[in-house]
Amino acid sequence: MILNDQDEGVGPRQMGFLQRRLHLDGILLGTLLLIAALGLVVLYSAFGGSMEAVQRQVTRLAVAFGVMLVVAQLSPQTLRRWSLWLYVLALVMLVAVLFVGVSGGGAQRWLDFWVARFQPSELMKMALPMMLASFLADGSLPPRWRNLAMALAMIGIPAALIAQQPDLGTAVLVAASGFFVLFLAGLRWRYIFGTALAAIPSAAVLWFYVMHDYQRQRVLTFLNPERDPLGAGYHIIQSKIAIGSGGIYGKGFLNGTQAQLDFLPERHTDFIFAVLSEEFGLVGVLALLTLYSVVVARGAMIASQAQDTYSRLLAGTLSMTFFVYVFVNVGMVTGLLPVVGLPLPMVSYGGTSLVTLLAGFGILMSIHTHRRLWTS
Amino acid sequence: MVQHNIIRDRFRDNRILRNRIIIALMGMGALMLVLFARLMYLQVYGYQHYSSLSQQNRVRLAPVAPTRGLIYDRDGHVLAENIPAFRLVVTPEQVPDLDKTLQRLQNLVKLRQTDLERFHEAVQHSRRFEEIPLKLQLTDKEVARLAVNRHRFPGVEVKAHLMRYYPYGRLTAHVIGYVGRISEDELQHVDAANYRGTSHFGKTGIERFYESVLHGQAGVERQETNARGRILETISRDPPTPGRDIHLTLDMNLQRVADRALGDQSGAVVAIRPDTGEVLAMVSKPTFDPNLFVNGISTKDYHALRAAPHKPLFNRVLRGQYPPGSTIKPFIALAGLNTNTITPTHTVFCPGYYQIPGASHRYRCWKRWGHGEVNLTQAITQSCDVYFYDLAYNIGIKQIHDNLAPFGFGSPTEIDLPGELPGILPSKAWKRHNKGESWYHGETVITGIGQGYFLITPVQLAQATANIANHGQRLRPHLLDYIGGPTDASAASPPQVNGKPIQMDREQDWDVVTHAMEEVVHGAHGTARRIGQDIDYHMAGKTGTAQVYGLPRDSGAEQDEDEIARELRDHALFIAFAPVAHPKIAVAVIVEHGGGGSTAAAPVAKAVIDAYMKELRKDDS
Repeated sequence: MILNDQDEGVGPRQMGFLQRRLHLDGILLGTLLLIAALGLVVLYSAFGGSMEAVQRQVTRLAVAFGVMLVVAQLSPQTLRRWSLWLYVLALVMLVAVLFVGVSGGGAQRWLDFWVARFQPSELMKMALPMMLASFLADGSLPPRWRNLAMALAMIGIPAALIAQQPDLGTAVLVAASGFFVLFLAGLRWRYIFGTALAAIPSAAVLWFYVMHDYQRQRVLTFLNPERDPLGAGYHIIQSKIAIGSGGIYGKGFLNGTQAQLDFLPERHTDFIFAVLSEEFGLVGVLALLTLYSVVVARGAMIASQAQDTYSRLLAGTLSMTFFVYVFVNVGMVTGLLPVVGLPLPMVSYGGTSLVTLLAGFGILMSIHTHRRLWTS
Repeated sequence: MVQHNIIRDRFRDNRILRNRIIIALMGMGALMLVLFARLMYLQVYGYQHYSSLSQQNRVRLAPVAPTRGLIYDRDGHVLAENIPAFRLVVTPEQVPDLDKTLQRLQNLVKLRQTDLERFHEAVQHSRRFEEIPLKLQLTDKEVARLAVNRHRFPGVEVKAHLMRYYPYGRLTAHVIGYVGRISEDELQHVDAANYRGTSHFGKTGIERFYESVLHGQAGVERQETNARGRILETISRDPPTPGRDIHLTLDMNLQRVADRALGDQSGAVVAIRPDTGEVLAMVSKPTFDPNLFVNGISTKDYHALRAAPHKPLFNRVLRGQYPPGSTIKPFIALAGLNTNTITPTHTVFCPGYYQIPGASHRYRCWKRWGHGEVNLTQAITQSCDVYFYDLAYNIGIKQIHDNLAPFGFGSPTEIDLPGELPGILPSKAWKRHNKGESWYHGETVITGIGQGYFLITPVQLAQATANIANHGQRLRPHLLDYIGGPTDASAASPPQVNGKPIQMDREQDWDVVTHAMEEVVHGAHGTARRIGQDIDYHMAGKTGTAQVYGLPRDSGAEQDEDEIARELRDHALFIAFAPVAHPKIAVAVIVEHGGGGSTAAAPVAKAVIDAYMKELRKDDS
């Protein structure tokens, strides 16, 4: 493996082959591959030792890494030129999904393109940070009132459309990624705290005047799943047992009783972290979290080394969003956060979000490897 | 200079961004530490605890559905009860070959296609060790046959459970409604935690309206299982709280009388206590057997009900919208008196037809040769159309609307049943909004005899009749008497006032109209005098005939009603209350295609009121 050991401002001559020819970042690529490999091992166990599902996941990973490679070839300037159009396209498709979308699992999220189904909210996950970064980089930082209002509209409209489907989890994440751009662009602290303070009375109004009784029950169950030990709470109770009983060294590969005896629900998708914890213990968990931290740190480094405001905002946001995915999933599985349907990045079974995720890393790599030479 | 600024801005931007990235990194690092601490807590500190839990993770939690509350009538007759029944359940895990087993089961038990489809769907969504119902109601023979063959079917069991049953069946179908298997959509609107384990949900009627009362609170059972999930024994249970019983104001005796009086005819009967708003009887015919729906009606039965003539599933009391015909005349009369358009002594000459001043079209009276000179009392008693054409024209549509709306026409009565329709009280605004046309004078004229756009529901008409009986005091019609279990009889719900009392400028106007309605039944010329011949109390009533189809009234040709296809025959209506001095019951009857109100509808109302008067006398003695 060729690791990148250069500092800022190095010319192409000193770059490694990966960086120079393929526009890939060695550290990022290596870490992501390690995470994916670890994920496949856990997946194999979660499926009770079935190779078939693992093979399917390998195919998806290959496709997603392929997408990453392609995206990395596009220069940040090209990406920036596309930002507006990608955003508009994503918005149009989100509107279209409301009218001609295909339903599944109680929500209308997909557009059927005959060949394949497509989930416009996934595109929006990429398009919104790109659009906002481009828009805010045009003006001076921190954003003024006018730009701030525009930016909030750019976040609010797609978030509302996605919440409508209904897919609250994704809506919140899309909104969060928009907020990260604003945060990095230097949004003043008083706005941030002001919004947080304003949320309290509005929540109270919602609770006491708007919501029906059964909706309040839902919220209570959402915040405290153990209220409903047979439904939402069942997941959390079983997942905590799985994690806790793993101890420091774990029960061993394929030996997790919780996972293997069907006690752990959704163990190959959202709750796969519990399988890892049970079988590999704290050691395995720390290994995975360390790998994730390396990815986030590398992303932040790429952001701070990027050459223009757009690239910095975008790279920073992508790293933070990735961290939020990890944090929310692990927080949910360990019972710190309410249960929202969100997969563990790079590890959970499934391919939809994988492509978006790795396309994001493609952008990070592009930003890092398409540096203009300012050497004089 | 500009160049310089850009560079300085760039520099500042960079500083902001770098600061923010550092803050973000610190924030993320802190959150990572939180996760780390949480994992330490679970895996190091909590290891012993969770490890032993995982060792003993043989305990499963199973939901225990509460027993549904019962429904009673006012005298304590049970209208909806839970009876023991047997169902067939299959635990897929223990069945060697599911498809083959199902095939072999078909020889012992009749399995419908819908049962199988539901079963296969449930198999997809359940854990393999969970028992899945295959058939909800087994006949005694099937239970016996399965018992004998038990050893041949591992994983197949017969289980006892409670099944909803409606002892009065068709007689209460439209009031009580029925329960059916809970649907995905219904689950969306209840607290899912409480409905885990509940298989049925109120679909219509009282069962639907009071679902939250009848359902109760679910309980939990902790069961010990072996490693494969097989239940070994029940460790403990939090018992469910049974649903609460509902006592209705319905009087099953009157309900039966009303049902019999209607016979095979399609129509509706509603009887209300004017002084409380209690609904005593509520019949919609034809009807159906609600017990068919409890365990999932078969496709064949359902299609038969859907295709049946006169729509038995259609609740005419709440959703049937009919022109009120002449039953509207007492209300128009009150509007005329209240707006000072007429006095009780005002007379109109009826030559058998009416013409709007300056127009040539003739609006026919039902009596072709006319009533001659009639005053208000005579006009109501003999149901003279011309008097009311003239009156309506003079009041004007706006005042008609404004004076009839307080009686509840055009808006739901808000009775405690789901699905009520509002009817139509026409006005200029209504027509412009719904038809996009302006109002014509001719339409005001026919509104006076309850034709045209005017539509009422039977429950509305009964309520409005009760309002006249009450001299304007308005009480919401309701079926709920009180909620209570066998031990706790909660306080009876007080009668609810439904809007402001209807104010007449002169209190005696009520008496004028009431007296005229009394003459309808007891007078020598009353249109309903036939039912007044042998009653020993005073009844006030009004007949009505609602045109279904615009038969040319002035075609001149004699038309025999029998020759007109039944479907084209007029609806017969009758409203009444009694005793006139202190009304205890108000009734509205609609007989679809019954012909005339006096012949088809009035006797039904009389039967109901007679029965109630007899009951009251029995209570007194």
